[in-house]
Order: sequence, then C-alpha cells, then structure tokens
Amino acid sequence: MDYLDQLEAEAIYILREVAGQFERPALLFSGGKDSICLVHLALKAFRPGKFPFPLVHVDTGHNFPEAIAYRDNLAEKLNEKLIVRFVADTIKEKNLQDGKGKFPSRNALQTYTLLDVINEFEFDACIGGARRDEEKARAKERIFSVRDEFGQWDPKKQRPELWNIYNGKIDKGENVRVFPISNWTELDVWNYIKREQIDLPSIYFTHERECIKTEHGQWMNVNEFVELEPSDIIEKVKVRYRTVGDMTCTAAVESEAYTLDDIIEELKETRISERGATRMDDRISEAAMEDRKKGGYF
Amino acid sequence: MEILRFFTAGNVDDGKSTLIGRLLYDSKSVSTDILETLTKQSKSTGENAEIDLALLTDGLRAERAQGITIDVAYKYFTTDKRKFIIADTPGHFQYTRNMFTGASNADLAIILVDARLGITEQTHRHSIISNIVGIPHVLVCINKMDLVNYDEKVYEQIKSDYEKFAQKLQLKKISFIPTNALSGDNVVNQSENLAWYKGPTLFEFLENVEINPNEQEKSARFQVQYVIRPQTDELHDYRGYAGSVLSGRFVKGQSITILPADLTTTISKIEKNGIEVEEAKEGEPIILHVADDIDISRGTTFVPVNDGINSEKTFEAIICWMDNKSFQPGQKLILQQNSFQTKALIKEIDNKINISTFTTEESDGTLHLNDFCKVTIKTAESISFDSYENNRKTGAFILINENTNNTVAAGVIE
Repeated sequence: MDYLDQLEAEAIYILREVAGQFERPALLFSGGKDSICLVHLALKAFRPGKFPFPLVHVDTGHNFPEAIAYRDNLAEKLNEKLIVRFVADTIKEKNLQDGKGKFPSRNALQTYTLLDVINEFEFDACIGGARRDEEKARAKERIFSVRDEFGQWDPKKQRPELWNIYNGKIDKGENVRVFPISNWTELDVWNYIKREQIDLPSIYFTHERECIKTEHGQWMNVNEFVELEPSDIIEKVKVRYRTVGDMTCTAAVESEAYTLDDIIEELKETRISERGATRMDDRISEAAMEDRKKGGYF
Repeated sequence: MEILRFFTAGNVDDGKSTLIGRLLYDSKSVSTDILETLTKQSKSTGENAEIDLALLTDGLRAERAQGITIDVAYKYFTTDKRKFIIADTPGHFQYTRNMFTGASNADLAIILVDARLGITEQTHRHSIISNIVGIPHVLVCINKMDLVNYDEKVYEQIKSDYEKFAQKLQLKKISFIPTNALSGDNVVNQSENLAWYKGPTLFEFLENVEINPNEQEKSARFQVQYVIRPQTDELHDYRGYAGSVLSGRFVKGQSITILPADLTTTISKIEKNGIEVEEAKEGEPIILHVADDIDISRGTTFVPVNDGINSEKTFEAIICWMDNKSFQPGQKLILQQNSFQTKALIKEIDNKINISTFTTEESDGTLHLNDFCKVTIKTAESISFDSYENNRKTGAFILINENTNNTVAAGVIE
C-alpha cells in the first residue's frame, strides 16, 4: 500500500471506531486544512450513510471570513449538521475578560466555549485534526485521549494504546478527544489534499494582503481587531497562510505558491515549522501547549 | 513510497534520544525555529553550549526536568524512499508498559547498547519484549563507539554476545551497526573512525531494510466496525458492514463464515471509497455486503468458509500487566480484540515469564505492574482468533478494567 493509502486507512479506521464506540460524538471543524481533511475522510468512512456526528465549530469571532464562508458552504453542500457556538457569547455569559493588547487573542477563551458546547450536547467524543508533528506535547498524546470532567489532559494518566485497539470506555461526564490524523505531517496533509483534489479556502494560496511586520519579523494581516501603533507600517505583501487560525494570532508567510504543487515545493524547501512560522501563542513558554492541554484545550 | 514504523529502546544513558535527535537533525527534519528553542533550553540546563539533541524528543516538562523519557513520543521524518514513524520509548524498567505500547505497531526494533557496558540485563529485557511483540526485525546499535576508541574488537565481542543470547529467542532477523550518536558517526554519514565497518549507516539501513521479511500472504480476516444503514428512500434496504481487511484478501462472490454465530453466506458486494470493486486487500477500509439476512453487528468476524480460525471461549495468552494496581484473577474484565468486546476472566496464572532471562517462574498468584505472565482466559462470548505468531491482527487483545475503564493489560494469544 502506498503511504498515503496507509495514512488514509488508519484515519478511516479510527473514525469508524468513534462511530462504533460512542453515543454522541462530534467533529471539531475549524475551516482549516486539517479539519477539512477530516471531513473528506469522514465521507470515505461513512458514505452513502450520513455522518454519525455533527460538525462543531467554536467561532472565536476572529476567524478569517474566507474560512467561515467555506465552513457554511461545505456543511450545506454535504447536507450535514453544523453547530456553531461563539466565544463572544461565552465572554458575555461568564463575564470573562476579553483578550487585550495589540493582538488580542481569544485562544485561551475558546476553551470555555468548547467545554460548554461539550456539556450542552453531552458529547462523549470530539474528533480533532491535531497532528503529532505540530508540537512536542502533542507528540506524546494518544489517538484516543481521555479528558476528565473538566476537559483536562493528564499526561501521566494516559492509557496505554496498543496495536489498532482503541479503548474508548469512559464514565459519564468525561470525554475522549480523538485525533485520526495524529501520524500525518504537514507535508502528508498537502500531498493528500493534492491527490484527492480537495477544495480549500483561498487564503492558503498566495494573494496580496495588507500586513504589518511584528517584532519577530512575522507578517500580521491588518484587520479590525489588531490595534495599530503609530510606528506600524502597512505594506502590501504577497502572502499565504500555512495555518488558518485566528486573524489575531496567525501570521502569514511570504509566498509565491499559487497551486498545490507550488505549496508542496515550498514546504519541502522551508526549514521553519508550521507552528513556528504562523503561531504567536506558543512562543510564550516551552510548555505552552502542554499547559493549555491540561486546561482542556484540544 | 511506503511507511516504516520503528521503535527505539535502550538504557537511560545509552544515548537513545540523542540518536533519534541525530537522525532528525542530520536528515534535515528539524526546523530552524525548533533548533532555536533547543539551543535556549540546552543552555538553560547549563551542561554544555552545544545543542542537546535529546531535547528534541522529550516533550513533557517532567521529562525535561528529569532528563529521561517517560512516555512514548512519536516523531516523523521522510526521505525520498520512505516515511518513518518513530516511537521513542523509555528504557527504565518502571516504564516497560510504555515500551510494549510503542513496540506494538512497529516493523523494526532498534536496541541501543552502550559499547562500554556491552549486553546488559536491559538489553535482554528489550529484546525479549520485542520477541513477545513479534517484531520482524531487530537492529542492535552499538553506540558510544568513541568511548572504546572505535575498537572493532569491542564491536565484534558485543555482536557475538548478542547472537549467543538471541539463540533462545525467535527473532526473525538481527542486524548490527556501530555508531556514535553524539558526533553522528554512522548515523547519516559514513564514519572515518569506523572505517573497518563495511555495512550501511543507520540511515541507509532504514531506507532499505525489508519491512516484512519472508512474509507470506495470510488468511482473509475482516471484522465489522460499524453498520451503515442510510435508511433513506432511495437506499431503503442498504445495509453495509464497514471495517478494514485485517489480513489476506476478500473477493466478491466468495463464501464466508460469520463468527461467532458460525453461519455461512456470500459476499454480494464490496465497496471501496464509494466505488464497487471486485476484491479488497489487507489494510483497506471497505464496506462489505452479504447475500443473506443474518444478524451481524460491530465485532462480528468474517472469514473464508472452512477456514482454520479458532472460535473459543477459553484460550491461553501471554499478557503484560500495565496497571499500577496489582490484580488477582477472579474479577471480571472486558476483553477487546480490534472492535470485538466481551466480558472476560483470567482463570489462572499458569506462570510468570522472567523478561531478563526468558525463563518461566512460578507466579505468586497476583499480577503486578510490568509482569509478563502466561494466563488462561475465559470469555463470555466466543472470540475468533489466530495465534499471534500467525496473525498480529487477530491474535492481539487488551484487557479493560470495568470499574476504572483503564487498559490494564495487553495480551498475545499463544
């Protein structure tokens, strides 16, 4: 079997295990390439049947409009259920402090909304598009990752995960985060998108965009949420996004990649990791991701 | 391109994480921003100003603090020939279960030996576990060759010691490479210091090693994961059994036996990616349809008619106890084999396997963390299985504690 067939087969196997083992699963959909791949894999796993889970999006309000449009269009085209919950509502209900500063991040706040939506629908499994190559805490996480009632990950209490046998047994109130593409790398995802001719939001391909340069030399797009300072110089640059996260904490990369082939070539040449190139939130500390996961983040 | 999955095992200071770090670093699989963070970290540990490559794999704060690997870390790199999935497993005895876990999916084991120390009890243990998990190929990396002046005699002695020890195991294939992971000798690049060694570097070895040496096609096995019933107007009678071909191949029109019910029917249709196909091969996710209206649900096994598969309620297995809490036979457990689940009892502990010597001992009647024991298991429903030696897919299972939901043991059927 070709390696992409093997990765695909593993992911489909995991998705079907979720369907077989849980009563109320959900697929966490962000409009990014990884969750778009998950939807594509779910089509292969369950058609001609309907998905045994809804698509759930935690909308931070800081998403790229292209990703939101893609999300709505996809759910309609596939005729699958889409549940959207807004971080802005959680902030109001719980009287939380919104992100502050020049690039106000809602990254930590979305965990509240995520845990709320899990409670609201009593989801017992949440499928996510996280990959182990993204970050070193993720490299240690199981494919079936059990979270307690508070959504917390305890790396010391992980269940052994052997062969292709996934133990999804949990008590009421707990849930399992499931990562079917754990073993895929960024390049694998792109090779798969190319092979399967999967449609993507346009911001993955190069385009002209008004950006400012941050102190770390990253290109941040100018939008209503970013507080410009007098010293900021707005420049029109040719960029694309390697990751589609929030507009406030995802940087664009300079690129000449117009096609999937261009992107793949570009990635083979680059020596900077996906998160390193695009995320501002992992730079805070060495264990930023480990700490967020312990707090309920996916 | 194909995938090679391997795991690494070694003593605490054999330089295992350094070796993996070296593979990733020299194959240019480490990003510059990650190197930057590592340089900072290496400096903060204060040991030396050079990059500590071991930090590439130790992902949890506790691991960095203690300088040891606690849990399995998965790392990836790709060459033009292969995609590699590395399970970096801890060497400490107390983390034996994590090593077993990392080994369960591997095609190859890399066992590190410190050239100064030679074969140790740990080497025995790692090799015996590889043997029980049925790893097709073991590579012994004799590392830290710099500390024995790159002496060929030391290498030859360790090699012959290992070969002698391995005689009592059933490892299918064993290879040896002398390395110095710290400086990179023989990892990616040929080493002048080891000019007497004429074999491949570790990297060349990984790119070219046969993934499943001498493997013959296995009997056809399929297990239902999920039943697809759209129940729409146009697909009113559609009833498809979704699952992956565990081994062998199935063809349309084939007569099959449905287990454990032991009923015979015919495959009426095979779907792959929404397209009807004539046959399905090992590993492929498919939807099968059968000609007769039979009660089939998740966990049901399909095999060719008149096949030699076992369908029993009692069997013998070697289990590795993975729970922190000790256990006495008698309490009910849940057995899971792929998607099949049934209640189970450990009837008897036949004996305990000393995994340092591969000899059997009398059990004290209790299963302790990291114990390997031969046991007799009784299940509520018949389980359809092959011996693990013949089929890694149908001969493996886990045991789950009904009360805590934890995976408390992994087993291979004799």
